[in-house]
Amino acid sequence: MATESVPIETPVDDEVELVSRAREGDTASFSVLLRRYEGKIFRLAMNITQNREDAEDVLQEAFLKAYEHLDQFQGNSRFYTWIVRIAVNQALMKLRKRRSDRAVSLDEQIDTGEDTVVREIASWDPDPEERFSRDELHEILSGAIDELAPIYKTVFTLRDVDGLSTEETAEALDLSVPAVKSRLLRARLQLRDKLTRFFKRKGDDAFAYM
Amino acid sequence: MLTCKEFLAELNDFLDEKTKGEIRAKLERHLAECPNCWVVCDTTRKTIQVFKGMSSCSVPDDIHDRLMAAVERKMAAGRSQQ
Repeated sequence: MATESVPIETPVDDEVELVSRAREGDTASFSVLLRRYEGKIFRLAMNITQNREDAEDVLQEAFLKAYEHLDQFQGNSRFYTWIVRIAVNQALMKLRKRRSDRAVSLDEQIDTGEDTVVREIASWDPDPEERFSRDELHEILSGAIDELAPIYKTVFTLRDVDGLSTEETAEALDLSVPAVKSRLLRARLQLRDKLTRFFKRKGDDAFAYM
Repeated sequence: MLTCKEFLAELNDFLDEKTKGEIRAKLERHLAECPNCWVVCDTTRKTIQVFKGMSSCSVPDDIHDRLMAAVERKMAAGRSQQ
């Protein structure tokens, strides 16, 4: 069975203590942090690199670097925000190696043209997810997220799935708060468009506006 | 009245309940008068909800095992230096 990671909503007040014990050589404390976040870091790495092997490398490098540089963790942000930042840097380095001719940033695939285009307007069923089995729903949601550009995927996952605040997401991704907000809006609207295909009320025709 | 474009520009803050006072009242007025924006707002809210339920994620066992092995090697190396 795969290892389930603990939701971010788990109390994180113990993290300063865990990091401080890990710094003093208590390996069990570091393992607690690792188990808490490995799933999320792996998903983040997959979102950016789109490649299982690269994502595994990023996961390992992020935790090894975090362990090496535990003394640099300030404790004024969450451990998760800190390790996301390390993992994003590692993932971007991977992309750079893959395309050695130029610098790579998370934002590069953005088409800044139509920032907030809404294509499909159709009401959904009140509980649209109940029309599908758990597996079908998982497939629909994963498929929709996978079609997003890495920056949108990453911002949406950190902000709306993992529950980081806009400010924490900005810090983790080294983006400005307005940049996070505009990417989040676009991600939400794109996902909404994609899900409308599956969730719209029967007989309700989708049409475009704006 | 707000235009649909102006409404969309505030949609995130509206959904995250970060808008207050006059701007919130304007957004609510627009929603009451614009069926398209009402649908977009309602379905975007549902989109966020449905993904929230997806928050658990896992690492495949083989990847977890190799990660643990790499970290343990690092820890052991750290201990031998002390």
